[in-house]
Amino acid sequence: MLLIRCPWCGEREETEFHYGGQAHVAYPPDPEAMTDEEWAEYLFFRDNPKGVFAERWVHSAGCRRWFNTVRNTVTSEFISEFVEEGR
Amino acid sequence: MTRSEHPEHLWRNPDPKPSYDVVIVGAGGHGLATAYYLARNHGITNVAVLEKGWLAGGNMARNTTIIRSNYLWDESAAIYEHALKLWETLSEDLDYDILFSQRGVLNLAHTLQDVRDSVRRVNANKLNGVDGEWLTPEEVAKVCPIVNTSPDTRYPVLGGTWQPRAGIAKHDHVAWAFARRADEYGIDLIQHCEVTGFLRDGDRIVGVQTNRGPIHAGRVGLAAAGHSSVLADTVGLRLPVQSHPLQALVSELLEPIHPTVVMSNHVHVYVSQAHKGELVMGAGIDTYNSYGQRGSVHVIEDQMAAALELFPIFANAHLIRTWGGIVDTTPDASPIVGLTPLENLFVNCGWGTGGFKATPGVGWVFAHTIATGEPHPLNEPFSLERFTTGALIDEHGAAAVAH
Repeated sequence: MLLIRCPWCGEREETEFHYGGQAHVAYPPDPEAMTDEEWAEYLFFRDNPKGVFAERWVHSAGCRRWFNTVRNTVTSEFISEFVEEGR
Repeated sequence: MTRSEHPEHLWRNPDPKPSYDVVIVGAGGHGLATAYYLARNHGITNVAVLEKGWLAGGNMARNTTIIRSNYLWDESAAIYEHALKLWETLSEDLDYDILFSQRGVLNLAHTLQDVRDSVRRVNANKLNGVDGEWLTPEEVAKVCPIVNTSPDTRYPVLGGTWQPRAGIAKHDHVAWAFARRADEYGIDLIQHCEVTGFLRDGDRIVGVQTNRGPIHAGRVGLAAAGHSSVLADTVGLRLPVQSHPLQALVSELLEPIHPTVVMSNHVHVYVSQAHKGELVMGAGIDTYNSYGQRGSVHVIEDQMAAALELFPIFANAHLIRTWGGIVDTTPDASPIVGLTPLENLFVNCGWGTGGFKATPGVGWVFAHTIATGEPHPLNEPFSLERFTTGALIDEHGAAAVAH
């Protein structure tokens, strides 16, 4: 069970959260101009590093807000957490 | 044999040669089967299988050994049924008892939508020549009397699909059987040899870099499961896979009590009883990306709660051991087996939670792909390009238990 620090609620058990995968995947600025390869990359391809990974969580059973963390995918140690700018 | 003699080794322990016709990365079930079929079907024996740990010590040692072919889509049914047919004669082919037991698999339905999906899948299976039938709750109770089919439960059993030819095998024996045969063909199985990168000449792969030095190769086949994208990253190849922990657990040894394999998508549990007597149960994946080969305990708790819901008789069983492996999941819950944009580099990955059942089948088609440079008709649909063309093979949910 991971202990995850919500920026608003503090440390809570993993079961209160849902996972959102890789952080900082920007919405395509000009979708109609994209090639099939670019669409494939946007829809289906994500980083999958063994080590440091910036990822999203939502505190579903708490404040219901999204935030980003940086976590080590081998040790599951959280290196930092921060609030996403913008949307 | 006297007490002082060591039994005959099943394979040699050679040092790597400077060069091979084919190098397979990963000596799990898929890598070993691929090596065996390269020799058997294609006469290619100047082959090395490189393994960073010990032979078959990754997911091959951690899976729940369920074998079935009752997938929804034509492409999946074809490749898994090909594998199931190979399983049916594998002990004879490899001259080694892999304890393949066709005790059947029940996939239970607990909601009306489950029932509709299950009946549809059984019909699709029949059209594809895969055995299967729909069972009522009464028929489920006949096949597996210890399942609680009472209508008074939180998620009553409304019926289930039944594939009689499905079953389980002894995973270690499978790996050892393939390894011994591959070794007899002269194939080098090299343990504690970790691939750290690739040797390339422009867009052509010409070998691998390892912790025991460079090894040149005419062709390289990746069969590294959860670590596929780590390896592919070293040559800038992006794979649409995410690595997650998948956990499983066993009880203590019990008298024979569970005659078949029971899977339930809705309460999410799959249970069989191993030959030795342990109840073997598989959980769902932990949601977060991880390479840690361990998962969160609440996933195990959910799993046991689901098992108790279906099998009240398990209440007095004890949990003996839990473990985790790293599975590489894809967006459409189907594997990727085929060519890559790099010449002479072939990839077999993305089997997610369901790779064991495919072992002989994928060995067969991946060997074909590597030997001929073209995909076998059975793995052609499972190309890396499908994520660009959109020709996905969406087995989410359709595949009888959530991947």
